[in-house]
Amino acid sequence: MSNSPTRPVDGREVHPFPHRHLTGIAGLQPHEIAFLLDEAEQWVQLNRGTAKHDDRLAGLTLINAFFENSTRTLLSFEIAGKRLGADVVNMAVAQSSVKKGETLIDTAITLNAMRADMIVIRHESSGAVQLIADKVDCPVLNAGDGRHEHPTQALLDALTIRRRKGRIEGLIVAICGDVLHSRVARSNILSLTALGAEVRVVGPPTLLPPAIERMGVTRFTDFDAGLDGADVVMMLRLQRERMAGGFVPSPREYHALYGLTYDRLAKAAPDALVMHPGPMNRGVEIASNVADDLERSAITEQVEMGVAVRMACLDVLTRARRGVPGW
Amino acid sequence: MVSALSIINGRIVTPEGVIDGGVLVRDGRIAAIGAFDIPGDAERIDAAGKLIAPGLIDVGIFAIDPPAFTAGGITRAVLMPDRAQPIETVALVQHAAAAGKPRVWVHPLAAATRGLAGVELAEIGLMREGGACGVATGRQWVADSGVMHRLLSYAGALNLRTVVHAEDAALAGSAVMSDGETATRLGLAAAPAEAEALAVARDLLLVEATGAPLHFRQVTTARALGLIREAKRRGLPVSCGITPAHLLLADSAVTGFRTFAHLSPPLRGESDRQACLAAIADGTIDLICSGHDPQGPEAKRLPFGDSEPGMAGAETLLALSLTLVRDGLIGLERLFDMLAGAPARLFALPGGLIEVDGEADLTIVDPHAPWRIESDKMVAMAGNTPFDGLPVQGRVVRTIKGGMPIL
Repeated sequence: MSNSPTRPVDGREVHPFPHRHLTGIAGLQPHEIAFLLDEAEQWVQLNRGTAKHDDRLAGLTLINAFFENSTRTLLSFEIAGKRLGADVVNMAVAQSSVKKGETLIDTAITLNAMRADMIVIRHESSGAVQLIADKVDCPVLNAGDGRHEHPTQALLDALTIRRRKGRIEGLIVAICGDVLHSRVARSNILSLTALGAEVRVVGPPTLLPPAIERMGVTRFTDFDAGLDGADVVMMLRLQRERMAGGFVPSPREYHALYGLTYDRLAKAAPDALVMHPGPMNRGVEIASNVADDLERSAITEQVEMGVAVRMACLDVLTRARRGVPGW
Repeated sequence: MVSALSIINGRIVTPEGVIDGGVLVRDGRIAAIGAFDIPGDAERIDAAGKLIAPGLIDVGIFAIDPPAFTAGGITRAVLMPDRAQPIETVALVQHAAAAGKPRVWVHPLAAATRGLAGVELAEIGLMREGGACGVATGRQWVADSGVMHRLLSYAGALNLRTVVHAEDAALAGSAVMSDGETATRLGLAAAPAEAEALAVARDLLLVEATGAPLHFRQVTTARALGLIREAKRRGLPVSCGITPAHLLLADSAVTGFRTFAHLSPPLRGESDRQACLAAIADGTIDLICSGHDPQGPEAKRLPFGDSEPGMAGAETLLALSLTLVRDGLIGLERLFDMLAGAPARLFALPGGLIEVDGEADLTIVDPHAPWRIESDKMVAMAGNTPFDGLPVQGRVVRTIKGGMPIL
């Protein structure tokens, strides 16, 4: 008799999350994504209480290895680990000293030798997290690798949408802006299409990746057309160095053509939800009054859901290690 | 030194077709083909029904790697000038030319420009005197059309063929893949496949203007092959090559960030791959090369975008190329013309075919022998092959260089 945990999906009993690592949304089944969202709900409740603490990760060591600068994601993972009782260590790796060569693998081996129980990694190169995951014994969570994936961001976005809209299936979600360089966009496309949303990508042609339609989305270069009837408007950050003529002529022109203002938002569904992964360039991709509109904007809620989703991921991925029955 | 060598009971691959019989070698040259009386002093090799073929001539290698060449039946190799110190002096030409002997003869290509920087002409006339068989722009494209025009005029007058890398550098930028679904899903920097045709179009116009012979080391896209097909029809002195990787793999082989599939030019989409096969069948592509570029873990065990391009291809060149024969795309005569005959003709090298009085550079091939390509069992300096784990058919069983069995 197998005593592995199961979850009913389409009339079958399946393992809720049979993965060692979370390197991306790619490779996850829709029910596995939904499982992580369901797990996160309890942490939303806990985080809203006064005693925000649980001891299930007591004695385990979480290492946040950030090879690329981050404030909010690092903080979010740190809080998530601490609220579950883990010993959290942050390793900020200077861009210049550890970047290339065997060093990355060596760093992975070093972290492994220190008996980390969970490693959270952010790296500027696509695929770097997978490379490390292949070399270590403990669960690895991708906190963003190059332009590839940022799975916990997609999960927190999905949780935010699900809580605000009551569902994801059937919603029209417009992902707008610099899709080309965005790992947030890729992970969101994978997760939202898997969960049954109709996903559009909207942006200047220089910032939309080729063959993006092959990921099951519709491509728009006209902002108004892309927003038409959308239930969720997800704005992406435009990196400053890309505003200066390389990809778009200027921040001013970008705001005029692709910046989210109330006038623009009027094209979307009347109750359309506005999202942004942060940090925002106010006045460039999004107008301040839209970003700060508590009725329409879910931006602060996204940050809140981030902690809950990361707690869920840390809990689920360490269950085998903690000897949770069946895992 | 063996004075006479008699290879018997084989199937000899000649330009006219495959014939039964043997090859008699004396003093490093082919003395007889087909049926002959075996001299009493001759060492004998019984080919036992296997193919007796010309030793392969591999155009555009990046490393002098005799064990890999011998294992692959390669007896001559045309070396790219991209060395730690680019081949831009007579001394470096001669040093490189001696580096593989006696197992493999290396024929260096002279650096077309100083330091391969694409700005000033290197001493290609002197290097020709020193034994360079052609000139090459290296791994990079020469962006300056004025330099390229002068280079072709100058090299053409010296009867040197110019080998170029066909990829518009500005359009390619920092790309590590060709545009497409795989690059988009993986979030890797990618460039339009047109970067190749753009470079080919310019160079063809300059060939037309100068009349100088030019070889595109690797051409991998439908658009570029179409341009070359049309240029050849008009009689321009252009030729091109391709590696088995671009014939057998598409960009989807990169899935999972497989750095062994990081190549330059990058793997293309499936429709381009099909166009490459069609260009093999109709003769647009002149030769198949290994692109031999062994890269160790320090260059490959990295995030994809930080890894070096290139594959170790020498010892798998023949087995992978034989797929084209088994699939009915081309015959054995044409395959060995692409692997030996055409390289010899294009770069005025000895060997390349089995003929009386020709160089006794030979390989004996069991075209049916099954084996599995395994990265960690390769004899090359490094085992970076995108074909790791692939079962293949066809194996080199003997390699004979200048009448001397070395494998």
